Amino acid sequence: MCRLFALTSKDPVSPMLAIKALDVMKEGHDGSGVGLLLQDLGEPFEEMKDAPILSGIFSEEGIRRLDLFMMDKGFLTKYKISLKPPKQGAKGIPKRDLYLIRAYELPEGWENLDPEELADRLLKIRLKIREMGEEKKDMIVFSFWPDTIMIKEIGDPMQLADYLGLDRKELHARVIMAQGRQNTNYAINLYACHPFFIKGYCTMTNGENTAFIPIKDFLSSRDIPGYSGYQSDSEVFAHILHYSMEELDLGIDAYKHVITPLQQQDLEAHPDHEFLSHLKKSCRPLIIDGPNCVIGTLPDHSMFMVQDRKKLRPGVVGGKPGLYGFSSEICGLDAVLPDRDKSKDIQPMHLDTAIVSPERQEVDICRQTQALNLPL
Amino acid sequence: MSSNTSLEPSALSLNDLPWQIEYNNDRCTLCGQCTAVCPVKAIELVTFQKRIIKTSVKPGAEQSNQYDQFYGIRQKTSVANACIGCAMCTLACPNDAIRPVKNPGLDRMKFHINQKGVPRRRGGRRNASGSVLDRIKFTRISMLTDPALDAGRHEFEMRTLLGRVLSPSENMKRLKTKGWIPPVREIYPLIIGGMSFGALSPTMWEGLQMGVAYLNEEMGMPVRVCTGEGGCPPRLLRSRFLKYVILQIASGYFGWDEIIHAIPHMKEDPCAIEIKYGQGAKPGDGGLLMWHKVNKLIAAIRGVPPGVSLPSPPTHQTQYSIEESVAKMILSMSMAWGFRVPVYPKISASSTSLAVLNNLTRNDYASGLAIDGEDGGTGAAYSVSMDHMGHPIASCIRDNYLNLTKIGMQNEVPIFAGGGIGKNGNIAANAAALIMLGASGVQIGKYVMQAAAGCVGTEEDRCNVCNLGICPKGITSQDPRLYRRLDPEDVAQRIVDLFVSFDTELKKIVAPLGRSTSLPIGMSDALGIDDKAIADRLSIKYVV
Repeated sequence: MCRLFALTSKDPVSPMLAIKALDVMKEGHDGSGVGLLLQDLGEPFEEMKDAPILSGIFSEEGIRRLDLFMMDKGFLTKYKISLKPPKQGAKGIPKRDLYLIRAYELPEGWENLDPEELADRLLKIRLKIREMGEEKKDMIVFSFWPDTIMIKEIGDPMQLADYLGLDRKELHARVIMAQGRQNTNYAINLYACHPFFIKGYCTMTNGENTAFIPIKDFLSSRDIPGYSGYQSDSEVFAHILHYSMEELDLGIDAYKHVITPLQQQDLEAHPDHEFLSHLKKSCRPLIIDGPNCVIGTLPDHSMFMVQDRKKLRPGVVGGKPGLYGFSSEICGLDAVLPDRDKSKDIQPMHLDTAIVSPERQEVDICRQTQALNLPL
Repeated sequence: MSSNTSLEPSALSLNDLPWQIEYNNDRCTLCGQCTAVCPVKAIELVTFQKRIIKTSVKPGAEQSNQYDQFYGIRQKTSVANACIGCAMCTLACPNDAIRPVKNPGLDRMKFHINQKGVPRRRGGRRNASGSVLDRIKFTRISMLTDPALDAGRHEFEMRTLLGRVLSPSENMKRLKTKGWIPPVREIYPLIIGGMSFGALSPTMWEGLQMGVAYLNEEMGMPVRVCTGEGGCPPRLLRSRFLKYVILQIASGYFGWDEIIHAIPHMKEDPCAIEIKYGQGAKPGDGGLLMWHKVNKLIAAIRGVPPGVSLPSPPTHQTQYSIEESVAKMILSMSMAWGFRVPVYPKISASSTSLAVLNNLTRNDYASGLAIDGEDGGTGAAYSVSMDHMGHPIASCIRDNYLNLTKIGMQNEVPIFAGGGIGKNGNIAANAAALIMLGASGVQIGKYVMQAAAGCVGTEEDRCNVCNLGICPKGITSQDPRLYRRLDPEDVAQRIVDLFVSFDTELKKIVAPLGRSTSLPIGMSDALGIDDKAIADRLSIKYVV
């Protein structure tokens, strides 16, 4: 069972806060992977919100190939942070040449593209780089999106943070998601490490999604670019989120109805009964069957947490106006936000979606039995 | 036998018969029960004569012959009266003095069973006990769930959908534009497959319907039963129980008159309409209700004279090709019930099943596809069809599911599997394997007869006289003397037992796999088999 911690803050904060929380929850992850998402970035990225940032791991040869590829597409490097690992390696962390975080100027003419078209193009470039990298094993790319940095690696979170020097000002961010991974049923693969990202939607999960194969089959047969990869049983959560909000035009309040629909009796009592019955039937292959806790962010930087019906030990959301933490264990939250009013902590149960909007003033609870904001 | 008497070619000895009667004269009380109960009159009470020679070595002693008579049971060796192994004699014997024994060698009767130029016709099953489904193991045991699921206490939603399920985006579009959305039923994934009112006895039919009503109304299990072709009793059509019934109508519209006349009087819509194009046990062949079973009642329901054999009529003359037939019939049946009832075809598994499925994916009114594999049972068919024709269900279902996956329509046209599920008694495991291979649900027929009514047939060519109306248990007979043996109340109770225990077993399979909130359709990562070729063919794991 992985350990999850996320922060949403009015002011940029260090990713070390999240790493510290993972360290407190140490017994729950086995060093088989750490994933970190940083969004709504602080200085120096504050000034370049529209510039897509490429994050990944590259070999020397991979960097050369990447530069040629990006120049060919018309991308110019605007800013970069090089996380050069120290010469002396660390136990349990693979030796890499370069962890790359690089912001690009958009090619000429791309500034005027409508946002959807731009998003599609950025996605396709990420997929292309990934494909090239898989071919020659010299490039691993996690995200290519404005105002977004992703770092993933095998190893213990705190050790890795020291090793890579993550405690640096350039990495401060307002939205931080971090996961310490406990490897589940599949082989250790960096692409399997959470969080998962697609076009501004990002999720991380703990538990085990036993409905993975049918969901994967469903998503990958939709012919939607980016619905691919699937190295982890949880990777589908991010894509279901994207699918329900972008393809079906639903709100975040309906996400839970897609992945964990109400049981028949509750469904019949719901004010949007008819709509939800249709949703349950047509989205049936997307029902998850884990005990899962999902924490995610949306393109507007809202952060949310939902639990599967089977999840008996839910995650917790707590904090104060301006700073909220989402944690899979209470001890993680205690480590980062010890001075919060604990009586206001919320453990969303199987019907709730806990949402902190970009204003970060309060935790909204959206119950699955309440009426929905329908797109009809 | 004197040497100058000609031997008939078909003169058989006891040793040539597939089933032999083992009879113990010492225990027999000559009550006559066994001969009375034997459906094929394979045994008869006869007088035996035994010569006793009394001799002595003493010179001058009298030598004599004595003839002793005694009564006993003799097995007939004619083809028409060959023992079928049903063991009704054993059941009736008060002293355990008689039983049929399977001939371990190859019986020679096979060569003579086509007398008068009529090849063997029989009811029952394929008589091949092997089953790929039985070899599939569930290998993906979930050990990371918190906590592990308890099959006995956890909540499960083991329901499936019957009906055309629109893709999420299409469904959303039609909701927005107030467009027509196809009807979809939420039902239990184990369906009682089509067995017609002519094939089954009235008591069996009544028992099935009562059991299904009880399951729905008392147990909360939305179990559905299919009528089979050839019409439906008018009282059922006009009753509120019709909603638990899938009406089967064949491509020749056999029995349709009764149904169409009842439509204005229907209090409830039927659950669905199944259009029968083929049966897995006799692919390419229609139903065959032989004259033995066409009594007055059956004749009245089907609108034919009594005492004539009723092969399924050919596909109706208005239907030119299978594509056209599928399209036309689905549309006309949908229209008959105002587009409120799902309509789907049932075909026999074959290498051309994919073609039918592809056709259905482009038809908005097609609500599913039922595929019947070679191991299915039948009321009557030529032996050669049952033994040598057909396609196994596992690979057929898998091919169809993967094809739907390829075009992004999995579960939109639900596939129902039939034919050989539980043929060796492992019903829950077989059903779960098929569901994980891609079936939305499974249909059972033969298993119901065995479990709920005590059908004695096995995969060893035992009994198999469903076609002759002499079913020793009264399950497939229209003779009141026979079907009164079967109490419909008992059948109903056994149906309930069957479904409740199936439900428990299904949960025992899915709970360790970590599934409880949705039926694991297509969860192929859970399956493994110890045969590389089968594993590759079914795209599941090869495990040894």
